[in-house]
Amino acid sequence: MTPQPIVDARAIHKHFGALHVLKGVDLKVAERELVFVIGPSGSGKSTLLRCLNRLEEPSSGSIVVDGIDMLDPRTDINHARQRIGMVFQSFNLYPHMTALGNVTLALRKVAGKSRAEADALGHAALERVGLADRAEHTPGQLSGGQQQRVAIARSIALEPRVMLFDEPTSALDPELVGSVLAVMRSLRESGMTMIVVSHEMGFARNAADRVVFMDDGLIVEQGPPAAIFETPAHERTRAFIGQIQRH
Amino acid sequence: MIQTFFNVEIIAAAWPIVLSGLLNTVLLSLIVVPLGLFGGLILALLASVKSPWVRWPLMAWVDFFRAFPPLVLLILLFAGLPFAGLELGGFACVAIAFFLNTGSYYGEIFRAGIESVPQGQVEAGRSTGLSRLQAMGYIVLPQAVRNVLPDLLSNTLEVVKLTSLGSVVAVPELLYQARQAQSLTYNPTPIVVAAVIYFLMLWPLVRLLSRLENRALAGRR
Repeated sequence: MTPQPIVDARAIHKHFGALHVLKGVDLKVAERELVFVIGPSGSGKSTLLRCLNRLEEPSSGSIVVDGIDMLDPRTDINHARQRIGMVFQSFNLYPHMTALGNVTLALRKVAGKSRAEADALGHAALERVGLADRAEHTPGQLSGGQQQRVAIARSIALEPRVMLFDEPTSALDPELVGSVLAVMRSLRESGMTMIVVSHEMGFARNAADRVVFMDDGLIVEQGPPAAIFETPAHERTRAFIGQIQRH
Repeated sequence: MIQTFFNVEIIAAAWPIVLSGLLNTVLLSLIVVPLGLFGGLILALLASVKSPWVRWPLMAWVDFFRAFPPLVLLILLFAGLPFAGLELGGFACVAIAFFLNTGSYYGEIFRAGIESVPQGQVEAGRSTGLSRLQAMGYIVLPQAVRNVLPDLLSNTLEVVKLTSLGSVVAVPELLYQARQAQSLTYNPTPIVVAAVIYFLMLWPLVRLLSRLENRALAGRR
C-alpha cells in the first residue's frame, strides 16, 4: 500500500441511540484501489460508507479523505463532498429532471459552471456510461440499470477522487446488473479509487484489489479476494462466504 | 318571480357597484393567496428544523391559527387593534387575518409535501455537495409542490371563497357591494348576481381540481 492513503478512517464508532453500529473501524484505501466491503445485513458496512462522506455523523473517530479532515467543523463539507462520489442502492435520481438535468445540477450549483459548460460535461459523463442518447429522458422513462448508470454519471461528472457504491446492483433485475457492473469495471480501468458495498461476489473476485469482511460493527478480516473467498481465516467469514455462495 | 330574483333593470342599475366589488374580490385574492402561500412556505421550512426551540412554538402557532375561526380572528383584529393604537382598516385586517389563518393551512400542506419526498433525494443532492438549502430548493420543493398540488389548489379555492368575510369589516368586495346594491334597490337580485359571479369564477378551478385529483389517483394505481 502507498504510504499516503487517499481514504484514512480511524477508530470509527457510530451509535444510533442505544444501538452500537460501528465499534471502532479502521479503513485505509490507497489511490486507484478497489476495495470491496462484504458482510451480513446489519454488520455496519453501509453505515461505514455513509460516514466516509458524512451523510452519517460518526460518534467518534477520524476520517481524512484526499488530505481533507472530514470531521473538522471548519471543513467546508459541501466542497469536500464534490471529491467523493456516491452511488445509492435505490439510484435516488431526481424524478422531476431529465438525465442531463440530474447530471448537471451540482456542476452548475456547486462547481459553479455555466449552463453550456455543465451541459458539455454532462453529455460527456453520460457518454462514459453509455447513455449519450438518453440525455433528455426522465428517470421514469429509463430502466433500473439505465437509472443507476445516470446516477454514476451524476457522480463522475464532478470528477471525484473517490467513489462510494452502496449496494449499487441490489435493486436491479438480474438481467440489468451486467450493464452497471460493466460501467464500474471501466471506471476501475480508468484508475478511479472505489469502495464498494455489494454482494456481487463474481465482480469482487475478478475486479477487487481487496475484500473487507465486516460483522457486528467490526472488520473481522481483509485481504485479496482469493484469500478471503478460498481460505478465510475466521469462522464467521467462512460461514458468510458459504451462505452467499450457496445461492 | 323573475322580477324579484333576476330583475334585468336592477341588474343594469347595480352592475357598476357589483363590478367594483368583483374587482376588489380579485384584488383581495391576489394579495391574500400569495401572502398565505409565502407564510405557509416559511412555516413548512421552519418545520424541517429539528430544534425543539423552533418545533414547539411552531406547532403551537399552527394549531392555534387553524383552530381559531377566521371570522372571529378578523373581527378581533378589526375591533381590537384600534385599542392598541393601530388603525389599519378593513383591507389590512383581512390581509393579516388571512396570512395567519390560511398561512397555517398552506404550511401544513407544504409540510406534508416536503415529507412525501424520500430522504434519499436529499442524500443524493448533499452527496454531490449541494447545501441543505439548495437541496431543499432544487430537489425537494419542486417534487413536494407537485405531490400536493391538488391540496394547494383546494385550499386556494377556500381562501377565495373566504374573502367574502371581508364584507363584515366593510371591505367593498363582491358580497359587500352586492348587499349595498340590494339595500339601495330593495331587491335581492344583486345578491343573486354575486352568487352567479362567484360560481362562474370558481367553477373552472373546481373542474381543474377534479382533474388533478383524478390524475393523482391514477398515478397512485
